[in-house]
Amino acid sequence: MNKRDFENTLTVFKREFLAYFNSPVLYVIVIIFLLASQGFTFFFSRILDSDDVSLATRFFVWHPWIYTVLAPAVGMRLWSEEHRLGTIELLMTMPVSPWQAILGKFFAAAVVWAIALTLTAPIVLTVFYLGNPDAGPIVSGYVASYLYAMACLAVTSAISALTRSQVVCFIISVAFCLVIALIGDPGITQAVVNAVPSGWEFVVRFISYFSFMDHFFEMTKGIFVLRDVLYFLSVIIVALLVTDLGLRSKRA
Amino acid sequence: MIQVKNLRKEFGSKVAVDDVSFKVEKGEVLGFLGPNGAGKSTTMRMVTGYFRPTAGSVTLGGIDMIDEPERAKQILGYLPENAPLYSDMTVVSFLGFCAEMRGIYGAAKLKAIDRVLDLCFLDRVRNQSVDTLSKGYRHRTCFAQSIIHDPEVLILDEPTDGLDPNQKHEVRGMIKRMGQNKAIIFSTHILEEVDAACSRAMIIDRGKVVADGTPEQLRKLVPGCNSLDEVFRSITRGDTAKKGE
Repeated sequence: MNKRDFENTLTVFKREFLAYFNSPVLYVIVIIFLLASQGFTFFFSRILDSDDVSLATRFFVWHPWIYTVLAPAVGMRLWSEEHRLGTIELLMTMPVSPWQAILGKFFAAAVVWAIALTLTAPIVLTVFYLGNPDAGPIVSGYVASYLYAMACLAVTSAISALTRSQVVCFIISVAFCLVIALIGDPGITQAVVNAVPSGWEFVVRFISYFSFMDHFFEMTKGIFVLRDVLYFLSVIIVALLVTDLGLRSKRA
Repeated sequence: MIQVKNLRKEFGSKVAVDDVSFKVEKGEVLGFLGPNGAGKSTTMRMVTGYFRPTAGSVTLGGIDMIDEPERAKQILGYLPENAPLYSDMTVVSFLGFCAEMRGIYGAAKLKAIDRVLDLCFLDRVRNQSVDTLSKGYRHRTCFAQSIIHDPEVLILDEPTDGLDPNQKHEVRGMIKRMGQNKAIIFSTHILEEVDAACSRAMIIDRGKVVADGTPEQLRKLVPGCNSLDEVFRSITRGDTAKKGE
C-alpha cells in the first residue's frame, strides 16, 4: 500500500467513523450492547452468586447471540446507505479504488466496535476485585469476542453491498449470523443428524464444522489457537471479497 | 480530451447505449440531448467510470478509463443526476471530504473550499447540515464538489434540474465560462440551454447518436424546421409520438 492508497482509505475511514457518531443509532446500539452483555452476566449467569471468576462461561458465552443482532445493526448502513443516497456514484467516480473504500468503511465499523467492547472493561475490574482470575483466558476471550463481531460485521458489509435497504440488509444479515451460529450447536446438529437419512451424517457434521461457535468457544477457554484466529480472519476476508463482487455487480 | 469509441451498454437483453462515439476537446461544451430513457445518463456513467461498458473504450486526457480508472478519475469532475450528498455532513465538511479524496489537504484544501463556496454561492449555508438544504442549494453543493479540484474534464448530468430561473441562468453562465479551458459534457432537457451554454450539441435517441453539430448546424438539419425544438421532435421518437408519425 503506498501513501496515496493509505490516505484514501483514511479519508473514507474518517468520514464513515464521524458519520457513526453523528447518528443516534450508534449510541442506542452501544447502550443496548452494554446493558445486554452486563445484564446477562449478572442476572442470567448470576456471576456474583458463583465462586467462579473466569469470564468464559458467564460473560463471553452471551456475546455470539448479542452480536447476531447488534453487528448487523452497526454494519447495515455501510453500503446500503451509499446505494440509497446515490453517493456510491460519487464515491466510485473519485480516484479511489473499491478496495480502499471497502477497507476504510470496514475499519470505521471495526473501530466503533473496539470502543464498544472496551466499554465492557468494568466487568474485568469486577472479577479482579472479587477474586484472582487467570488473565490469559480473559485476553483470549476478548480477542475471540472481537473477531466474532468482526466476522458478523464483514458478513453484513457483504450483504449491504447488494441492497439499498438497510432493513433488508439487517434482516438477511441477522438470519445469516444466526444460522452460522446455530449450525455449530451440538443439540441442533444432533437433531438434524436424526432427521436426515443415515448416510448424510457426515455432511451435517461437515457443515457444522464451519460454524463460528466451535472456534469461538475454543478461544474463550483460553486456548489461543492460531487455527481459530485464522478461521475468523478468513471469514472476514471472504466476506470483504464478496462485498467487492457485490459492488461490481451493481455497477456492471 | 474526452474520447469515446464505439461505446455499448447492455442490461440483460436490453441495449441501453448502442455504438456511441464522440470526442470533446478542451474549450468545448457539449450539450447532451435526448428524450427520457435515451441513454444519456448511462453514457455519462460509462464516461465517468461508474458503469463498465459492455464494449468500447473511454479515454480522458489520453488515459484509458478501463485500464487505469484511478488515474483517469483524477482529472474528472462529475455531478450525478439528482445531486447525491452525504446527508449527515455539513456543506463544508462534505466539500472537505471530497477535496481530501482528490488528494488536496491542509491550506490548499481550505482555499479550494472557499473558492467553490464562492463560485457556487454557497457561503451563506457553509456550516449548515446538508440534510436541511433546499433543493437548489443541494444541487449547487454537489456541483461545487465536482469542481473542487479544478478538473480538466467535467461531466454534468442535468446540472440545472430543480433550480429556479435565476440559478439556472447563473449555472449556465458558469458552465460557459468554465468551458473555455475545460472539456465539458452536460445533459439537459431544456433546449434553450444549448444556445445559452453549448458550443456543440448531440442528440441521442434509443441509445444511438442521431445528430451531432453546433446549435446552428442542428437547426438546419431538418428542412422546414427552424427551431431546435422542432428538430428535436422530428428526429427523436419519444414515447408520446403517435404511431406512423
